[in-house]
Amino acid sequence: MARPRALALVAVVALALAGLSCGRRGHGGTWKAIQARGELVWGADVSGGEPYVFEDPADPSHYIGFEVDIMDAVARRLGVKARVAQYAWSNLVPSLERGDFDVVTNGLENTAERQDRILLSRPYYVYAELLAVRAGSPYRSLDDLRGRRVGTLNQTYAHDLLREAGVEVVLYEGDKEPYLDLAAGRIDAVLLDDIIANRSGCGVAGITCLPDDVARGTYVIGIRKADPALKAAIDAALDAMIADGELERILRTWKLWNPRQADLDVQVTQTPSVRARSFDGNQWRLFLDAAVVTLLLSIAAFALAVPVGLLLATMRVYGGPVSRGAARVYIELFRGTPVLLQLYVLYYGLAPYYSLGPVQAAILGLGLNYGAYEAEVYRGALLAIPRGQTEAAKALGLGPWLSLRHVLLPQALRLALPPMTNDFVSLLKDSSLVSSITVIELTKRMTIAAVDLRGWLVPGLACAGFYLVLSLPLSELARRLERRLAHDRRPHAL
Amino acid sequence: MIAVRTLSKRHGDRVVLEGVSADVARGETIAVVGPSGGGKSTLLRCLNYLEPFDAGTVEIAGVTLRPGMDGRDRETLRKLRCAVGMVFQQFNLFPHLTAIENITLAPRLVRGLAAVEATRRGAALLERVGLADRAGAYPHELSGGQQQRVAIARALAQEPEVMLFDEPTSALDPEMRDDVMEVIRDLAGGGMTMLVVTHEMHFAHDVASRVWVIDRGTIVEDGSPQQVVDAPQSAVAREFFARLRRTTT
Repeated sequence: MARPRALALVAVVALALAGLSCGRRGHGGTWKAIQARGELVWGADVSGGEPYVFEDPADPSHYIGFEVDIMDAVARRLGVKARVAQYAWSNLVPSLERGDFDVVTNGLENTAERQDRILLSRPYYVYAELLAVRAGSPYRSLDDLRGRRVGTLNQTYAHDLLREAGVEVVLYEGDKEPYLDLAAGRIDAVLLDDIIANRSGCGVAGITCLPDDVARGTYVIGIRKADPALKAAIDAALDAMIADGELERILRTWKLWNPRQADLDVQVTQTPSVRARSFDGNQWRLFLDAAVVTLLLSIAAFALAVPVGLLLATMRVYGGPVSRGAARVYIELFRGTPVLLQLYVLYYGLAPYYSLGPVQAAILGLGLNYGAYEAEVYRGALLAIPRGQTEAAKALGLGPWLSLRHVLLPQALRLALPPMTNDFVSLLKDSSLVSSITVIELTKRMTIAAVDLRGWLVPGLACAGFYLVLSLPLSELARRLERRLAHDRRPHAL
Repeated sequence: MIAVRTLSKRHGDRVVLEGVSADVARGETIAVVGPSGGGKSTLLRCLNYLEPFDAGTVEIAGVTLRPGMDGRDRETLRKLRCAVGMVFQQFNLFPHLTAIENITLAPRLVRGLAAVEATRRGAALLERVGLADRAGAYPHELSGGQQQRVAIARALAQEPEVMLFDEPTSALDPEMRDDVMEVIRDLAGGGMTMLVVTHEMHFAHDVASRVWVIDRGTIVEDGSPQQVVDAPQSAVAREFFARLRRTTT
């Protein structure tokens, strides 16, 4: 289980290194290459959904959306064809820098952070940051929400605004979840772009979107730093589309046209947001806090997994047909489905019936999941105990419960200690999954810091360092226990 | 003390014990001998119900055993096992407990003895088997002979009326057998009722009050050591003792 997460971390660091070197090298010949191949390849994440870029319900092999229409028009004006390259949204800019595609068009906001890193085209949409609150709540502005919990997505302008506003920011991975949590009362407001708010939030029962814009910004096309010629060509195409009304027609088709779009003519300049920061004492403290969250969360989840595992293993080895079957179903269910899904079900799925806090849900989810793995470890250990031990216990008059409690489980736990230590290290890293239910632990801290610091390398190394510092003592502990057990096991050899 | 009546047991098609009947009086020491696979160990294990059987009855230390008691009649089984001690070929000490903890576990848990009292009695038993100084040792720190003596003390701690020994010295090096046999001999001298499955000729001849020869699930000879060892009647017994003499001398 640990391996995919560890690999992901290595991949992030590798990506950061690659991004740095490629970004700097950039040959700048993209515009010529596009003309030569007759195709403009643009990166987007179709899982972002309607109305940006999404699979055509009538023909899922085909993408539609207002950005598809805009890019088709831009490409037509450049004399080439346009094609979508599917990438995870948070990787779009690094992948652009790597040279995986020519440009990014996917609700990319014109932020100071991006201006530092890549070239941005002239805007093609003016969005508003809309504040959603529960119907009947007293909040009317960001100022009213000082000290309250407000949800948004990472790497957005809204996130920057919220951090400046002195509210407690709760970060989500998907755009439906913040509104679900708002309706469930776990947060007090959500700040997101009008397109997302209108699609996912304002129509939800019990939620109202406040009429006044908190701020405005623009969607732009991202282009590599080394490609000013391409930027000039794209800007000219967009200018022409605004001038002859094609852009307005496209936006109207998607019901996105509104009075705000009059500002498209005027180059909207966004208030420069958070400036690039360095990895200072403040960052260290944030990372340290996140490491403490990761550690405490892992310890609590494991403290739950051990008794769950012992119970399941005992049921499987010594139980009757019913408890054996029940334990098997539990183990197969929790081992056979992704932890991420289990966390979602616990946190969002159960919310209408019982509202768990994110930390409670995280501990419960990881604990129940790892309980299934521990069960198999303990089962193996119980079966590894020689039969003679059970017979000796029986012959001394110990009943089933006393044999289990005083003879079998103590021995099974000793046999299981090395694999258990292993599982704990694995859990430590799997705990990064709980960022999906808004808990800010080490990995999430790294992705936030990567935005502030304008790069993945330093936060990635810091994150890896913290994980190592947490897991190395455990590996050492495992080694010692194994050595001790090897010694103890000699009399078992029959 | 023990009355076995028409005891039978099969493993699938194979007959392991066939209509075994026998009596043992208080204070007797029975040496159970015979070729391997003949049913010696199975008979012994049936006597404290470690193995269930298919037909017949066993009366032992005031408890009556019948087929099909396993998992049901827990109270009877608990009484049985307090009254009948068992020592295994492979010792089966609990590796996570010290010698004294091995001895005191059952008295504390099963008979509810206070820890202090259990430890006091346990220490006396360790002294009796010559290991007073090894109370705090874990099984892996003891030699095979020492482990088996701790196992005997562990069985005695339940203050049984009958002791069953299942090849107690077969897993030991020759030089360690004597220490263990000495302890068993002392017990016999002290009037304990015992059944000992063994290949030790000297024990069968010099210590046992009676010898059973078991072959193919039945007791083929039952008599004094002089009768059975020195003048066996059956071909099986003659052959068995002849082979044993060849290998031991």
